[in-house]
Amino acid sequence: MPIYHFVVRFNHFDPRSSGILSDARALGFQNLLRMECQDLYFIEGQLSQEDLQQLTLKLFTDPVTQSASWMELPAPLAPPEPDTVILEVALRPGVTDPVAEQIVRAAHELGFNGVHHAATGQRFLLTFDKSVPVRESVKESVYKLVANPVIHHWTIGEITPSFPQETESSGTVEIISIRNISDNELLSVSKDRRAALDLTEMKAIQNYFHQEQRDPTDVEFETIAQTWSEHCGHKTFKAKVDVESPNGNYQIDSIIKTYLKSATDKINAPWVISAFVDNAGIIDFDDEFEISFKAETHNHPSAIEPFGGANTGVGGVIRDVIGVSAKPIANTDVLCFGPQDLNPNTLPEGVLHPRRIQSGVVAGVQDYGNKIGIPTVNGAILYDEGYTANPLVFCGCVGLAPKGKHVRTPRKGDRVIVLGGRTGRDGLRGATFSSMTMDAQTGEVAGASVQIGDPITEKGLIDVIVRARDLGLYTAITDCGAGGLSSAAGEMASTIGADIELSHVRLKYPGLAPWEIWLSEAQERMVLAVPSENISNLQKLCDTFDTELTDIGEFTGNGRLVVRYNESIVVDMDNEFLHDGIPQRQLKAVIEKPILEPRVLEYPISNIKETLLNLLSSPNIASKSSVIRLYDHEVQGGTVVKPLTGVEADAPSDAAVIKPIGTRGVKGIVLSNGINPEYGKRDAYKMAWSVIDEAIRNAVAVGADPDRIAILDNFCWGDPLRPETMGSLVEACRGCHDAALFYGTPFISGKDSLNNEYLGADGQRHAIPPTLLISAIGIIHDINKAVTMDLKAAGNFIYLVGDRKLTVDGGQSVPDVHEKTPQIYRVLHKAIQQGLIKSAHDLSEGGLAVTAAEMCIGGRLGLETNLTSNLFTEVNGCLLVEVTPFNIPVFENQFASLPFTKIGTVTTEPILKLANIEIPVNELVHAFHHSSFIIHPSPL
Amino acid sequence: MKPKALVLQAHGSNRDFDVMDALTLAGADPTGIPLNELRIAARNALFRNFDLLVVPGGFSYADALGAGKLLALDLASYFADEISAFVESGKPVIGICNGFQALVKSGILPDRQNDNQATLSFNVQGHFECRWVNLKPVSQKCIWTKDLSDNITCPIAHGEGNFQTTELFPISSFIANDQIALAYIHADGSPANGEYPINPNGSILDIAGICNPQGNVLGLMPHPENHIHMWQHPRHTRGEHSGSGLKLFENGVKYATQI
Repeated sequence: MPIYHFVVRFNHFDPRSSGILSDARALGFQNLLRMECQDLYFIEGQLSQEDLQQLTLKLFTDPVTQSASWMELPAPLAPPEPDTVILEVALRPGVTDPVAEQIVRAAHELGFNGVHHAATGQRFLLTFDKSVPVRESVKESVYKLVANPVIHHWTIGEITPSFPQETESSGTVEIISIRNISDNELLSVSKDRRAALDLTEMKAIQNYFHQEQRDPTDVEFETIAQTWSEHCGHKTFKAKVDVESPNGNYQIDSIIKTYLKSATDKINAPWVISAFVDNAGIIDFDDEFEISFKAETHNHPSAIEPFGGANTGVGGVIRDVIGVSAKPIANTDVLCFGPQDLNPNTLPEGVLHPRRIQSGVVAGVQDYGNKIGIPTVNGAILYDEGYTANPLVFCGCVGLAPKGKHVRTPRKGDRVIVLGGRTGRDGLRGATFSSMTMDAQTGEVAGASVQIGDPITEKGLIDVIVRARDLGLYTAITDCGAGGLSSAAGEMASTIGADIELSHVRLKYPGLAPWEIWLSEAQERMVLAVPSENISNLQKLCDTFDTELTDIGEFTGNGRLVVRYNESIVVDMDNEFLHDGIPQRQLKAVIEKPILEPRVLEYPISNIKETLLNLLSSPNIASKSSVIRLYDHEVQGGTVVKPLTGVEADAPSDAAVIKPIGTRGVKGIVLSNGINPEYGKRDAYKMAWSVIDEAIRNAVAVGADPDRIAILDNFCWGDPLRPETMGSLVEACRGCHDAALFYGTPFISGKDSLNNEYLGADGQRHAIPPTLLISAIGIIHDINKAVTMDLKAAGNFIYLVGDRKLTVDGGQSVPDVHEKTPQIYRVLHKAIQQGLIKSAHDLSEGGLAVTAAEMCIGGRLGLETNLTSNLFTEVNGCLLVEVTPFNIPVFENQFASLPFTKIGTVTTEPILKLANIEIPVNELVHAFHHSSFIIHPSPL
Repeated sequence: MKPKALVLQAHGSNRDFDVMDALTLAGADPTGIPLNELRIAARNALFRNFDLLVVPGGFSYADALGAGKLLALDLASYFADEISAFVESGKPVIGICNGFQALVKSGILPDRQNDNQATLSFNVQGHFECRWVNLKPVSQKCIWTKDLSDNITCPIAHGEGNFQTTELFPISSFIANDQIALAYIHADGSPANGEYPINPNGSILDIAGICNPQGNVLGLMPHPENHIHMWQHPRHTRGEHSGSGLKLFENGVKYATQI
């Protein structure tokens, strides 16, 4: 069948090229003078010349701004200008291409039924400076700017697209002989199949199949490997740990049980509805609604393919919230990257430049959140050399659901239903497929293992499931995440049992073996237990919202997990063995002494003005507005306190406030976070205290009730088999426990990402800085009482609440938390509710001076303080608050027994006065917004 | 009787509930109907039952092939008769953001008699942007903006909102025909004159919204439906309250009750 290609170009202004060009320049490719970007569309089908013209006009071009041409392939290219190279890029076979699917659908709607398949691509015209000889390697690097070999193939000249083929699977099942082999052979089975199981675990599997008197199939073995993986099984957090510490040795039976869950149990807050059980933690909102919250990481995928990795990270955490029958209402994202100005020549082999990782990750977050229509309202971006090869991408999602509607119990006879996207090789044994050797131009479905998101398909899932929930059409639900169907269906069937037919699963492309279908991590899929009598109603909903429904089996009630392929059994295992048969890991932890030397400020304290301006423009403090504005933070209409605030909406809010649309009354949700890798490097125990304090104090600053805050933990650590790394993990968990009890703030969910390691310049493996993200969700009783951080009016007084004596200098490397901090937060909350506080902003990186400067930026007002020392020291538990002269007696009375100091006055004249030094607010604004590390949005 | 508003929910619409809230507050009775449920034989009668037609914001069909492009195909092909009848009946029609893009790319705006004369192209800045803007209601012909005395403050959230016409198109005819419904302005009311970010996307003549020559169809990029409550204002903690987006919907709903 003939293949046609369509080339679409902008007549004047091509919005994509300038972004790519500026990336190229920043990475040192000065030889690239010009670039033009054109869109390629491919259609396989029987089409007349008239059809081709109509398709071009109606589908492929905007007649006002674009022009197009078409040709039947092969279409020899006209020779380009001498200094110009034509590069064409297309997706690898099997990589999700939602545009191609839409082309076929729309062409058929227009009556062009001769269109069989479609594909998309891009053409780049690159003009190099002819006065400088261009080395091939430079060209190669430039190509890497516009294409990622993990998902794209590219060629100089004309590219041939790949089309999805008709679907059929291979059906091959292997039997793995493990019953009568030696320990060494067991280990090589684990290694060969990249199962990452140790000998104890392999022997447990061997024992089980001795009892079963047979060998496992590859589907069974892969199912066990997946279920028992670190990612799904949290072996490290459940391990028995022998701890060696300066204060003596002890043993811990599971750090999650001992420290995290136990803190929640001891706090026993009546408003916690579900903690550590469901896909997301759930708390009370009001009499009608409950809210759920979950944060996940997607670090490794984001390092390899930043856009797709972050994109599917967002998609994954949204499904966690759909998986508790909730409607997603807000997203958060915290990102950690290497330095943006890193010399490209020092990059380790195979590692993308941090600048490229950042622009890809940010574009991925933007694409998914904006398209699915969930506001991205809170987050942070941090830079550290330790994240160069291991960027961290934390994605969070909040959901809202009517109380008592989330059902969890499949019944005997219910159907096993898959909703949403089709199944491919996405994410299978992730890391191995993503190696560089994957760059084989063989037409095999290699690129398919990388996950690319499709937010509109997931939007359909939300539309269907929220309605199905209200109609009571299902009895249980869970999302397909890590482990795919094996994990989703396996967990749902864990007590009741199920009988599943894999040949019914709809596939993206042919050739998948049964184990691949069962384990695929293809995106945008949910598994539901649906009583047979409800299937037709569910099918109607699915038709309305363009969502595929597939019936793959039945919940049986016999407690066994039976999986078939074309009726022959490929899995028949005892669920108890699969889910509880994993031997507990034994780990060693060595707790090292905290680093006590105070953190050296990179800026001389001698000159206060220069120090402050340098801090304001330093990467970790400078404005992130160029990223924040790429995210839609207004959709759904509930954003009360926005990520950017103040007179010019360019100052950073402490936390977000959301009023969920559809709820009655004036209650709202507060979202904030705490994270500090710098403290993590020094003292993991106190780091945990600090970041919990930071998350709570940020929430309290905007008006959250400190007694109605719940938190999530996300640990990103190195290899836990290294005793020192395990030691710092133990210490961080112990800190979490102690701090949670101190504040009465329960954990409701958590997640860990371990083995984040990189090869340093010294040739050694290094762990990333121990990084704990605490995400807080709180309740504000009246959104009309919310407080922002911008100074409000001249003549008001500024107070420091909290004790600033407990600082990082004075022989400490991580600040303590004052014993009265919870009371300070409670009293501050009361003052906010009474309307006494006009603005509030917490002290964090850069200390009081940076806090004061940001408040001035927010209000475009001045601030005169009497402070002369410790301007930049970092503390916990402290905030600056603004109080009107009229309210001073009430305010001071309420804080009478607590540490507070009046430190200054708001002035009309826009000047910040610190220690008798005057700094104009416009200079503060300039420094904050004109950092040399300004973030460059990725082109459209 | 409250006027009944039909909110078209395409695959990927996402500000449908936002605009339904605004319509409810403005006194209408909105119903969101997925396009697939409208693909029925009796759709003509169904459309006739409604007094207002709303094409909400979002990413219909994931913005594949350009923002609003494939929804425009639906409007101009499958639903051509119904849309055409609705527009000609003089009933109020509004397309917001992605809805505006669809109305322009289907040729309904700026003028059905003059196809392919205008488009919403990529923002001059080259990327998506979410920020609050100020709008001046200009047109006295447009039933949505007529007699609105106060300026409107509300957010934008788009990457393709740059209103442009072909070189041959006499842009001054928009002014002559009173089709410029909303224009980007400074907070003090002075014209943006193309200055970024006051005019956030580079639209000619600072156009934020235009109407058809009859004045009953309005398309606009900004989201007045996201400023209908006092607490949505970005400076509500500084005592700036208005909810000024609601007025636009009240105007349209009021008109619908009168015809």
